[in-house]
Amino acid sequence: MSDYLLMAISAIFINNILLAQYLGNCPFLGVSKKMDTATGMGMAVIFVLTLAGVITWIIDVYLLCPMDLVYLRTIVFILVIAALVQFVEIFLKKMVPALYAGLGIFLPLITTNCAVFGVAVINVREGFNFMEALVFSFTSAVGFALALVLMAGLRERMATARIPQVLEGTAIGLVTAGFMSLAFLGFMGMV
Amino acid sequence: MLSALLFLLALGVISGILLGIASKAFYVYEDPRIEQVENCLPGANCGGCGYAGCGAAAGAVVGGKAEPDVCIAGGNDVAQAVAAVMGMVVEMAEPQFALQTCAGGIRAETKFNYLGINDCRALALLYRGDKECEKACLGLGTCFRNCKFGAITMGTQGLPIFHSEFCTGCGKCEEVCPNGTIKVQRSTERILEFNTYSDRLAPCQQTCPAEIDIPKYIDHIKNGRYEQAVLTIKERNPFILSCGRVCPHPCEEMCRRTLGDDPVSINQLKRFVADYEMNTGRHLQIPIGSDTGHKIAVIGAGPAGLSSAYFLRRLGHSVTIYEMQPKLGGMLYYGIPEYRLPKKILGWEIQGILDLGIDVRTNVKFGVDFDLESLVASGYEAVILAVGAWKYSSARLDREDETIGVEGGTIYLERQGLGIPNPIGKTVGVIGGGNTAMDAARSSVRLGAEKVYIIYRRTEKEMPANPEEIEAAKEEGIEFLFLAAPNNIIDKDGRLTHLEYLKMKLGEPDDSGRRRPIPIEGSETRLPLDNLVLAIGQYSDLSFVDSNRRISGVEKTKWNSIKCDEDTNQTSIPYVFAAGDAFIDGPGIAVEAIGNGRQAARSIHLLFSDESMKFSKDKLRVKGNKGHIPGTIFDKIEGIDKKGRISLPQMDPKVRIHSVDEVDLTISEEEALKEANRCMNCCLTCYDKDAKKVNA
Repeated sequence: MSDYLLMAISAIFINNILLAQYLGNCPFLGVSKKMDTATGMGMAVIFVLTLAGVITWIIDVYLLCPMDLVYLRTIVFILVIAALVQFVEIFLKKMVPALYAGLGIFLPLITTNCAVFGVAVINVREGFNFMEALVFSFTSAVGFALALVLMAGLRERMATARIPQVLEGTAIGLVTAGFMSLAFLGFMGMV
Repeated sequence: MLSALLFLLALGVISGILLGIASKAFYVYEDPRIEQVENCLPGANCGGCGYAGCGAAAGAVVGGKAEPDVCIAGGNDVAQAVAAVMGMVVEMAEPQFALQTCAGGIRAETKFNYLGINDCRALALLYRGDKECEKACLGLGTCFRNCKFGAITMGTQGLPIFHSEFCTGCGKCEEVCPNGTIKVQRSTERILEFNTYSDRLAPCQQTCPAEIDIPKYIDHIKNGRYEQAVLTIKERNPFILSCGRVCPHPCEEMCRRTLGDDPVSINQLKRFVADYEMNTGRHLQIPIGSDTGHKIAVIGAGPAGLSSAYFLRRLGHSVTIYEMQPKLGGMLYYGIPEYRLPKKILGWEIQGILDLGIDVRTNVKFGVDFDLESLVASGYEAVILAVGAWKYSSARLDREDETIGVEGGTIYLERQGLGIPNPIGKTVGVIGGGNTAMDAARSSVRLGAEKVYIIYRRTEKEMPANPEEIEAAKEEGIEFLFLAAPNNIIDKDGRLTHLEYLKMKLGEPDDSGRRRPIPIEGSETRLPLDNLVLAIGQYSDLSFVDSNRRISGVEKTKWNSIKCDEDTNQTSIPYVFAAGDAFIDGPGIAVEAIGNGRQAARSIHLLFSDESMKFSKDKLRVKGNKGHIPGTIFDKIEGIDKKGRISLPQMDPKVRIHSVDEVDLTISEEEALKEANRCMNCCLTCYDKDAKKVNA
């Protein structure tokens, strides 16, 4: 149990997928301008990443490895994630309309999110078992959501701040992301 | 190699099949129009409509939750395209624009120096900003930086300038302005607005009974935007030609330029732009709200009736006016003589109002030809009683009704309006000191009377008539008998020969602040007269109240006007409203009737939308020189150059007494610009110090 806890802390704080691994920068800068869109996107990522991490792990362990087709991993994962997101969208629309209304517009954005793909690859590269893959996928996504929400909070404040003209917009966003990343490195000694 | 190919192929096929099955199994019917509508929208996902992105907005439109004009950023073209998909016809959606309500900006005095973040919101956190006036524009341009459409630029006076041609009415600027100086509104929404203590209003605008935005229209004139000036006035007053001629302009009395100079000739500027519109030969287009289907009957086509009809029509209601006279205009037509307001000009102005889509029935009298019952039966949901004040007050003289040659001022003037011959002797006396008395006297001169007297019991200082009118009457050879009270009518065979009057002296001031006249005993004097006109007051003919059961519920006041709520115009019958001279406080000037007509229109509009008609507590109630926003009637201004106001161009008195041609003439464009530049563009507490440089 404590292993999973450590893994969770590591995934959320120390090896934060956004701030330490620097994956998924596009939504990090794109949808972090407003708090409510950031939380919506965060929830959608948690949902999709957990599913995708597990499914890709199953495909890798039960299909690719036995058939000796590991070199196809990248292309297969891309295909599977894209199809999965589409499937989830169709499924939710019919079965859980309330959830669809909340996550709806963010789901297609995730299809091309490299954080999802990154976690799927890390899952197999680290040789996780099923439970580990599940926990790692979920907690990585939580880390992603946390970073996104923090960033949104900062950027809402930046909207009223006096920022030198050359740094306005994405530039200051990246600088801020850098500082956040440095701050998260402070968690390094925790585990 | 082959296995890889097969694997990918199989994976692709499986995913494809799975997705295919899923889309069948989890099929949700979606209106194909949603996609079509979404294709019409700009796809910016700006959220300005209040929905999460364009797709959600499209869903709302198809679901009937939003109108085709949901997209604010897209404007009319998008609305038309969406409506086409939906098979609906969208009426030209009325655009909404952002407006700056503060005239001060950097003109306002500052409390402290600010060196912080260049953002209005940050500055406002420090004691509500650096300006002495707490409602002032802070001028750091947060609105300008937040406008995505380039519709705002920062002007030299530190105020944002709004460019309506680029403004989409998205409301972002209004949202970010910490002092609330920006308002985003449709022009019909502004019809419902009345002055409040929290508004930024110049003294003249606070005083105007119709609440016209005077500094704004003068500013338009200053910059040569005459059509804009016309539209600004017409937001509050449809009678710009008439008021430009006959308004006694109470606004000018509060003009702050008076502190070091003559007041700005506001009314002549109004007349100048009004004539400018008329000379173009066409009425400027007035925006009208979409049809609501509510029907309203207006009784009386005077300034109050036509004004309420005009504003109700602009709010989208359908209005029918019933008028007892053959011509429209009420007292403007039958009370004001041709030489002050030519019938042709009045007719052109009224036609412009009717062209908005207002029906009219003339020659029908309420209580005689039709009554409240028949109006209700015809489907009218509200009725406005704007019946005016057509009865004249008695002078309390013996036999004044029977004696030939003695008659009421309203009847005397009405006869001229009707085109009936007005037989008149050589000497005419007019009792009264108001504008009706001046009109009767000056009309008599034109009808061929050789000697005309105005008999008034106080002195010239107490006369309620406009000073211009008194001056013009004097020029036309009319003799004023001040401090003279009629005492007795002397007749021979029932025909007037003399008026006996008592001389008066002034005593202590009475409730109205005017000194009370006291008769001097034994001072009876006889004045030989052929005609005597009584112009001492008017009241409403409310005989219809007793005409049938349904209307008899309307209560009257002791001054013979209709009892109604002061703010809502609502009478004791909830769907019956009173306006104009028939309103509780009785007869007044045209511009009061016009403002009151708008108030009645507002109440009816709110009645239909089930909203409260009551005004908020901070409604501004100005009466004369009382009730202004505290601190705005400042009594000292430095640096005013004495320029003097433009003179009133008039026809030569020797010529004009022989014709009914208009006496007062329009000022030239050059003079109008000169006069407009004298306006200091006062707001609440600051005025334009730079105006001095402008006129230099």
